[in-house]
Amino acid sequence: MSQAAPDTRQGHIEVRNFALSYETIDGAVEAVTDTHIHVEPGEFVSIVGPSGCGKSTLLNAVAGFLKPTSGVVTVDGSAVTGPSAERGMVFQQYSLFPWKTVRENVEFGLKMGGMPKFERERAARTLLGLAGLEAFENHYPERLSGGMKQRVGIVRALATGPKVLLLDEPFGALDAQTRIIMQQILTNMWQRLKISVLFVTHDIDEAIFLSDRVYCMTARPGSIKAEIRIPLERPRQQSMMMSSEFLALRRGLMSLIREESLKAMGGEITDLGMQGLGIEFQGHSIADVL
Amino acid sequence: MSSPALMTSPDQAAASAAPGAAIPPRRPAFSARTLRWFRLNQDRLRSLLVGTASLILFLIAWHLLTTYRVVFFVKFTNVPAPLAVYASFTKAIHDPHFLMHILLSCRRIFIGFSLAAVVGVPLGLIMGRFKLVHEVVFPVAEVLRPIPAIAWVPMAIMLWPTNEQSIVFITFLGSFFPILVNTLHGMTLVDPVLVRAAKCLGAREAAIFREVYFPASLPHIFTGLTVGMGVAWVSLIAAEMISGQFGIGYFTWEAYSLVQYADIALGMIAIGVLGLGSSLVIRAAGQLVMPWRSR
Repeated sequence: MSQAAPDTRQGHIEVRNFALSYETIDGAVEAVTDTHIHVEPGEFVSIVGPSGCGKSTLLNAVAGFLKPTSGVVTVDGSAVTGPSAERGMVFQQYSLFPWKTVRENVEFGLKMGGMPKFERERAARTLLGLAGLEAFENHYPERLSGGMKQRVGIVRALATGPKVLLLDEPFGALDAQTRIIMQQILTNMWQRLKISVLFVTHDIDEAIFLSDRVYCMTARPGSIKAEIRIPLERPRQQSMMMSSEFLALRRGLMSLIREESLKAMGGEITDLGMQGLGIEFQGHSIADVL
Repeated sequence: MSSPALMTSPDQAAASAAPGAAIPPRRPAFSARTLRWFRLNQDRLRSLLVGTASLILFLIAWHLLTTYRVVFFVKFTNVPAPLAVYASFTKAIHDPHFLMHILLSCRRIFIGFSLAAVVGVPLGLIMGRFKLVHEVVFPVAEVLRPIPAIAWVPMAIMLWPTNEQSIVFITFLGSFFPILVNTLHGMTLVDPVLVRAAKCLGAREAAIFREVYFPASLPHIFTGLTVGMGVAWVSLIAAEMISGQFGIGYFTWEAYSLVQYADIALGMIAIGVLGLGSSLVIRAAGQLVMPWRSR
């Protein structure tokens, strides 16, 4: 905490000339192509796009689970070669260890880092306290609600003090009410920690509400169709979702995604048009597009 | 609260005739709790009652079939009656020979089953994790697995210098394959997202194995142990009947040879009770090792 100033400069994600294809019997299938994204230290960036556009593929490459076919992924200048504790990840399926209690789940990363038992217990308690989960530290995950499970998932990913936090549709399995509460909790946490976040979602409202910037991806093979700055002031409140500014952003993003979703359903001719649009919108703000 | 206050005033205590004042507030509270207990444990009590009734019915049927020496496709003429079996049971528990038979069988099970678990579980885990080991071991295991342990008896006698060792070997073989196969199955079902989550939290190969693959496979490992224990008893009894000199299987077979029919049933019941007891031990161990699965 004392070195707050240098810490905030960490967590710069850079993805350049990124392409990833899968080998199949019919030859290579491109999942993501010609993609450039970046996340500045302390920035909250979302990726939205029609389903199957490769947004999760991109996130998994940043996490180090997938190797790009071409291009580079770097965090603070060093290339990503595999998963590591400096890139915390939150999964849609919660992925808590069912055989560990809530506290043991949160301790896991610290244990892997070699922190002594007493210290990591104390650290985990503190973190669980911040997330309002101290009463459940000895529960097994099975007994928690979806929202609570995902709070534990986020706390667990943050426990090791990662440079960046990667979230793969973390609230996709939650009901609408819980989802809104979780979004608020996440922005509050992010506001306090000032950690770089890369957030994948198909929920446009969620992306706008949470982010500083939103990347919109094209249908498969995925690439960046547009990059939209979200100028809404912080801290964000739920009431902002009714403001005209929010609604205008929403309308713009919605039409971008609808185009892609239609193309994804429409078959071959879409490939051409899609690439054209992708180039047209790349690097422009939504205001230019509208 | 109110009853001691009432008691301090002697005339009131006399007037209300003590039981009327002091007991009513307690009894409803007590019986309400009792009622709730009954309601909450309704299902368990029900199965307990039905289970007991079913056992009693079984004993009555057995008693009637044997006392009237029923012959209806099967002959009950020489089958011992439950009371005769009980009589030989009361005699047997004071007989050191009978206890020795039981202890020896238990010892063979313990050694054979423990060896199977100690070899089968790690081998299954390693086969699940390392493809090459799987590719090498699996075909051999698949060929040997369908061979019933009893078919191994002649081979076992040739392989091992003593009779005792060959019987333990048969017991080992019987439980080994269920343990191996179930452990391997558990490994294939480990959720890959949990492995990815562990990697993201800085876990390396050994830690992933210890903290993810092993605990995730535990439920299947315990299924394997339970099945393996059942097969271990089957194999042991068969081996004892064929080649043994001691053990509860030998006791049962010897009883037939010596025309002590009550002892046949006694031996059978002893085997049943021992089998049940050993699977209860495994279940208890499972609950101890996997607290997250017990509610």
